Amino acid sequence: MWEYSDKVKEHFFNPKNAGVLVDANAVGEVGALSCGDALKLMLHIDPVTEIVLEAKFQTYGCGSAIASSSALTELVIGKTLAQARAITNRDIAEYLGGLPPEKMHCAVMGHEALQSAIADFRGEVWRPLHEEGALVCKCHGVDAGVIERAIRENGLSTVDQVSAFTQAGTGCTTCYEQIEDILARVASEVAAAQIVEISEEVVSSAATTQAPAAPRAGAVNLFTAAMRPASAPAPRPPAPVRPAAETSPLSPASPPSAGMTNLKRIRLIEETIEDLRVYLRKDGGDCELIDVDGSNVLVSLTGACVGCQMASVTVSGIQERLITKLGVPIRVIPVGRNAH
Amino acid sequence: MKAIYLDNNATTRVDPAVVDVMLPYFTEHFGNASSAHSFGAEVGTAVKTARQQLQQLLGAAHDHEIIYTSGGTESDNAAILSALEALPDRNEIVTSKVEHPAILSLCEHLEKTGRAKVHFIGVDKVGQLDIDAYRAALSDRVAVVSLMWANNETGTIFPVEGLAELAKEHGALFHTDAVQAAGKTPISLKDSAIDMLSLSGHKLHGPKGIGALYVKKGARFKPLIRGGHQERARRGGTENVPAIIGLGKAAELALQHMAEEQGRVRELRDRLEKAVLQRVPNCIVNGDRHDRLPNTSNIAFEYVESEAILLHLNRGGVAASSGSACTSGSMEPSHVLKAMEIPEAALHGAVRFSFSRDNASEDVDRVIEALPGIVEKLREMSPFWAEADKKTSDSKPVFA
Repeated sequence: MWEYSDKVKEHFFNPKNAGVLVDANAVGEVGALSCGDALKLMLHIDPVTEIVLEAKFQTYGCGSAIASSSALTELVIGKTLAQARAITNRDIAEYLGGLPPEKMHCAVMGHEALQSAIADFRGEVWRPLHEEGALVCKCHGVDAGVIERAIRENGLSTVDQVSAFTQAGTGCTTCYEQIEDILARVASEVAAAQIVEISEEVVSSAATTQAPAAPRAGAVNLFTAAMRPASAPAPRPPAPVRPAAETSPLSPASPPSAGMTNLKRIRLIEETIEDLRVYLRKDGGDCELIDVDGSNVLVSLTGACVGCQMASVTVSGIQERLITKLGVPIRVIPVGRNAH
Repeated sequence: MKAIYLDNNATTRVDPAVVDVMLPYFTEHFGNASSAHSFGAEVGTAVKTARQQLQQLLGAAHDHEIIYTSGGTESDNAAILSALEALPDRNEIVTSKVEHPAILSLCEHLEKTGRAKVHFIGVDKVGQLDIDAYRAALSDRVAVVSLMWANNETGTIFPVEGLAELAKEHGALFHTDAVQAAGKTPISLKDSAIDMLSLSGHKLHGPKGIGALYVKKGARFKPLIRGGHQERARRGGTENVPAIIGLGKAAELALQHMAEEQGRVRELRDRLEKAVLQRVPNCIVNGDRHDRLPNTSNIAFEYVESEAILLHLNRGGVAASSGSACTSGSMEPSHVLKAMEIPEAALHGAVRFSFSRDNASEDVDRVIEALPGIVEKLREMSPFWAEADKKTSDSKPVFA
């Protein structure tokens, strides 16, 4: 059983304004039987002053859903529509003396019902924010679609970053694993898309400019894969990009650096590659930074790394380490020294 | 007002006789059961006695087939992981969609991490296993079948002895989670095909944090917890002696009270169901009418949400549950009722009443008195009730 404040209990056991408002001129309905909670908010609004004169509700749901509905009606009565529109889910929760984090979605439902009712009064159609897949963060009503969009649009790579952008995971934290799963899936999809994009760019470039030297037999990496003649054996698929929380032997844990300038970013890339060169040189190879083009880092492999069967693993390792260091998707592309 | 406890499938009151036998093992008999001196030997003997008490409860052939664990979850995890390790040439698991999270979470994790392929077998409307799907899933790739003896939410009993026979035809190990069944329904493992069985102390008036895993003599087994040579090296860690003594006593008492629970407790349960169905329209009893634990009643009330009912009941001094205690912190509807395809209108309105030998007839009276008014009040507040197709229940339980 949840721990509810006395005010939540009071509004649950003795709800205010429960029932049907016959002369309602604004009705907001959210939720569904299948969801386990639903709220029908009915308002009587003075059309001239736009003041909410009466409010009633019907709620199907748990204790906090009923208490939130009751609280909402108390909050909204006597307010102008402009004032009512500004009422948030947090206002509802605060009015009740707080709700358990897992029950914040009940206050979200109240907020949405209010927005829906106001839209109904204005003759508009209101669309809920979370209609894009399963609800992940129940505390703040954040669904999978919102999280995925935030990750893609902002290049997010950690749960903390997702929380900062969406509020998901800042309540009860039980959705952490789900957020991590979405991060991993999006990272994988982004990496796959970039591979296709890079391959197409390289092929396109090769068709219009002088082709680089023919790849050495056995050399397997992204660049050579793109240049591979049709008769050559299929290359190994590149290693998927891991979420930043995971580390490989080549990528010691380091906090991602968000919001840095281009210069700082390039310096960080340089430093990271310099650190790795020590290890590569021990094995008779080397790796030199050639250029940084957006999220593409162009490197030149030399020495024993050239033609090495493990070249793609080396490239993946560099890439993983850079992703960990910068906290954003990065693609490492091996090129010839004179490519740029 | 006397508080009424009807959530015995979540946990039970520790029997005072159990507490009595445990207490000296905190103070007077504090020796380590593994020690060679007299302090340890005395305790070791008591631990063995408890093992024999569990052997009796389960109808096992040998007392050394009992391994003490920290509870049902550890027993379940040990059984599944042991089977995968013991049969490395097999990597499939067969289980059901209505298992306890102790099984489901593990199986989902094993599948997600690529360690096993899992067949989650569905159930019908009363929660009985889809036998055809079960047969189809069995093969020589299956390392272990894990099917619960009795469901914690509905009480539906699976015919595990027969299901085990089918598993053996394919050489798979058979495990049953009997956490809810042990002490409530007769169990005889001696001549069964069941290889492993989990039970938990606190479900049968014993202490929390203690359980047991039965592993049939000869069945292949790999420990989950490795360490010392306790439990014949099958579960490392110093024995939780007071709890073990309590578990043994609880098993002995459960065996003594089983006939009563099959009779008197069943009557209490049936009277509750009959009265509620007579007085409250639009409700459904979930579970198998014939093969069901005698103490468990799961009633779903259409167009109301169970937590709201429970809060009102709690204020009236009655403690019940919205389903499994482990998932009552979740907003998701019961995975068991979803698997049973309970109608949408009732899916979120299920209340579980689970009885024990501590309950009396007056307890049922209190619920019958309070419940119809609570449901009516909440339905009046529900936006769906006014448009609902009202059904008047007769005195016969309406099973899903």
